Amino acid sequence: MVKLSEHLRRTGVFSMEEVNRVMPPPEVLKKGPVAVVECIQEIPCDPCHASCPFGAIKEFKDINDLPEIDWEKCTGCTLCVAKCPGLAIFVVDASCDGDDALLKLPYEFYPVPEKGEEVELLNRAGEVVGKGEVRSVIEPHKDGTKVVTVHVPKDMIADVRHVRVVR
Amino acid sequence: MRKTEVLVVGGGPAGLSAAIAAASMGAKVLLVDDGLKLGGQLVKQTHKFFGSHRQSAGVRGIKIAGMLLSDIEKLKDKIEVVSNTTATGYYQDDGVVTAMTGEDVYMKIKSERVIIATGASERMLTFPNNDLPGVYGAGAVQTLMNVYGIVPGDRVLMVGAGNIGLIVSYQLMQANVEVATVVEAMPYIGGYLVHASKIRRLGVPIYTSHTILEVYGKDAVEAAAIVKLDSKWQPIPSTKRILNVDTVCLSVGLSPLIELLWQAGCKMKYVPQLGGNVVLRDKYMRTSRRDIFVAGDVAGIEEATSAMLEGKLAGLIAASDLGYAYDGWEADREDTLSSLEELRRGPLSEKIRSGLKEVVVEW
Ligand SMILES: Cc1cc2nc3c(=O)[nH]c(=O)nc-3n(C[C@H](O)[C@H](O)[C@H](O)COP(=O)(O)OP(=O)(O)OC[C@H]3O[C@@H](n4cnc5c(N)ncnc54)[C@H](O)[C@@H]3O)c2cc1C
Ligand code: SF4
Ligand code: SF4
Repeated sequence: MVKLSEHLRRTGVFSMEEVNRVMPPPEVLKKGPVAVVECIQEIPCDPCHASCPFGAIKEFKDINDLPEIDWEKCTGCTLCVAKCPGLAIFVVDASCDGDDALLKLPYEFYPVPEKGEEVELLNRAGEVVGKGEVRSVIEPHKDGTKVVTVHVPKDMIADVRHVRVVR
Repeated sequence: MRKTEVLVVGGGPAGLSAAIAAASMGAKVLLVDDGLKLGGQLVKQTHKFFGSHRQSAGVRGIKIAGMLLSDIEKLKDKIEVVSNTTATGYYQDDGVVTAMTGEDVYMKIKSERVIIATGASERMLTFPNNDLPGVYGAGAVQTLMNVYGIVPGDRVLMVGAGNIGLIVSYQLMQANVEVATVVEAMPYIGGYLVHASKIRRLGVPIYTSHTILEVYGKDAVEAAAIVKLDSKWQPIPSTKRILNVDTVCLSVGLSPLIELLWQAGCKMKYVPQLGGNVVLRDKYMRTSRRDIFVAGDVAGIEEATSAMLEGKLAGLIAASDLGYAYDGWEADREDTLSSLEELRRGPLSEKIRSGLKEVVVEW
């Protein structure tokens, strides 16, 4: 059985070690957008695999297996982001020069942010850690789950996991 | 007296799947459900479901209900649906089921096979003032919000961090209702951690080893007290805190709705891992009474995916008892059994597995 930190099991927030466990290494991040799969507890669930058109999420031998991602194959298309019932997949794109990166997050709230709008950036514990500009909002499966692409400083791609509209 | 071949009591995922399977075999099915709309728990589930993509995981619960209902519609020359009708009794001497439509229309039903798929009821918690308006079960909050479009209040204390507590908290936040805190008496979060992370990133705190002490208010909830528990489950008085909330939402577990099975004299056993008293059955969901089957949460609190698979098994076997079949149904049956086994193989299903060991028998 996979080991989970006391912190995660008591609070629902990843420990530092768990963040490092799921984040792609710098050489992967440099290449282009990739999915970060933040699903580290063995639960009976598998739609992420079937939703990936590029075979980047390996087939499950057992439905309780943890999803395993092959970053070589992942294009960052976000189809899995919008399918995962745990809202546990995010796409990071830290491949451009400069301090700016893009984060693609699942979003199921009203109001829906608009392109160009400045939104609050929240970390895994729901604390506001900055502000960022929304680049696009799409609804890949037309099923209510949107994917919001937002600008974040490169050093925050491992922290920011939600955006809040402030109007 | 109405006569049918297979009577299904309960129109949730288990009952719908049972009706579809029995009718696909060729049996004549009568399905009774006490709701106005079929679908059971599914019609309240606006979130995407876990489970296998083969059983519609990643699809919202309410959509899964729609998919099952369209299968029912396709088989409508075999399946008769009677909604707004509660099965009230089972008479052992002649095997008659009594039912009541609305408040004043009674009927008697005689069926060669009966599949009980009544689901579960929510548990209550005892604390001072738990009868004040504003104290709800999580299921009631979901029905209000997701079926009738009414929010229960402005600020909620959620009691229980199992999947239902976590998911309903998320749905409350989606409806723009503030969730002040989730408290959980156990030292660890019981629900899936991805569900917990989902509400944490919205800023909702989860306090494990905490419980609700009491509720305050004159005519309705105005505040609630929470407290930390020590390792012996005793409240630590100095940690008591008052939260300004107008709603307390309880999600502290479900109990199988087994009344009809008691009345039918089916052999029962108390198995806490499955939610309380449950019925003994074989792996095909047949009870100690040859003509009665069970499926879904009434057979042990589990999930929609397992409810659908169990329903399918019960429906297939009930119809095959009566001599019905379709090409390849036996392969379908075995496939359904192995999907169930696979689903229950994971570490989080340990409790279910140990519970099932006590109730799955060979007749
Ligand atoms: C908040 C929440 C989230 C959930 N999330 C998931 C998830 O992500 N994935 C998953 O797989 N499962 C999930 N579940 C669990 C799932 O909804 C249930 O396990 C499933 O609905 C059980 O199906 P069932 O058919 O046995 O019972 P139910 O869905 O409860 O249906 C029983 C039906 O029988 C009717 N009935 C009861 N008694 C009688 C009677 N005497 N006469 C006539 N009708 C009667 C009831 O009104 C109801 O319509 C969730 C449940 C909740 C509450
Ligand atoms: S982002 Fe696209 S390519 Fe990458 S894993 Fe998800 S679905 Fe596959
Ligand atoms: S779909 Fe999401 S929650 Fe389910 S296994 Fe894949 S990553 Fe985990």
